[in-house]
Amino acid sequence: MSKSIAREFAKGLWSEIPPFRLVLGLCPVLAVTMSVENGIGMGLATTFVLVGSNFLVSLLRNVIPPKIRIACFIIIIATFVTMVEFIMQAYVYPLYLKLGIFIPLIVVNCVVLGRAEAFACKNPILPSLADGLGMGLGFTLSLSLIGAFREVLGNGTFLGLQVFGDAFVPFGVMVKAPGAFVTLGLLLAFMNLVPVKK
Amino acid sequence: MTDYFVLAISCIFVNNILLAQFLGNCPFLGTSKKMETAAGMSMAVVFVLVMAGIITWITDTYLLKPLNIEFLRTLSFILVIASLVQFVEMFLKKSIPGLYAGLGIFLPLITTNCAVMGACLINIKEEYTFLQATVASFSYAIGFGLALVLFAGLRERINIARVPQPLQDTSLGLVTAGMIALSFYAFKGMV
Repeated sequence: MSKSIAREFAKGLWSEIPPFRLVLGLCPVLAVTMSVENGIGMGLATTFVLVGSNFLVSLLRNVIPPKIRIACFIIIIATFVTMVEFIMQAYVYPLYLKLGIFIPLIVVNCVVLGRAEAFACKNPILPSLADGLGMGLGFTLSLSLIGAFREVLGNGTFLGLQVFGDAFVPFGVMVKAPGAFVTLGLLLAFMNLVPVKK
Repeated sequence: MTDYFVLAISCIFVNNILLAQFLGNCPFLGTSKKMETAAGMSMAVVFVLVMAGIITWITDTYLLKPLNIEFLRTLSFILVIASLVQFVEMFLKKSIPGLYAGLGIFLPLITTNCAVMGACLINIKEEYTFLQATVASFSYAIGFGLALVLFAGLRERINIARVPQPLQDTSLGLVTAGMIALSFYAFKGMV
């Protein structure tokens, strides 16, 4: 039992890591990863919503009528998103301003709805919690990774600290829209390399 | 009049919803493998986004704000959009079957398209008037369609080319999208 829970947790971190393997939930992945800090903040907010919605969906899985399940899932998710909005407004206000409309948009993040539909509504509570936590942390990890690339190349900093000497000319385009697409595309290609070699 | 024109241009090109605001990227990559699906998705988005923009604006101004329950915005908008999509689907099925056959499978997908929800939230955030919100929603939808069709055209060609295996499909698609975003970036100084 504990082994299978560990497996559900671990698959979110590597074999099914959301943005790279499943290619889901790309909007926040591209939009908020100007810096590592944004990436971590967005990732943790999504993790909270994922764990919460997975828990509640799994708890109610025998009560929700199958025909209107999507609508029920969306209401559950929207509730948790509203909660996370309030929490961030109260404790991390600058980050809340920076992420802007992308916090309410967690509602339409396909990763969250996808996990509710594909996993939580068919499995008991504990594996669902593990699945949500694993997926959420995998999401956070990928967002910080992309954020790190873009921040270091585009701004010459890492978490706000100077990385290169004064002679470094920042690669401005990396923190702008085109850089996001190119970074994600190339990282995806590197991820694809790994199973090819196996 | 000029104001609305400037707003439209800025929403279509400068703040293009896909390439500058990063909204609606899942259908952008999902439906761009063939030109027909891309065109179908674009039409469906134009249809739904304009209606959603109008209805969410009305909901926010005449329901949420007077009652002081703006914190329910996320919840109510997603419900409005989901039921709107369902309603449009039923309406088209009954009265315009030809259009329904064309848009059919794309309509349910739009519920989780963040371009729709995002555009509605931007309308509220920028405090647009009713007419401005309508023009902005329409222009965002046109911008979405433009970028999607452009991208699908490029992608159809790339699929014929021989590409190294790890770069295939989505990976090269994203890099291509980056290049298109770079060209749209040139509009930045315009408005």
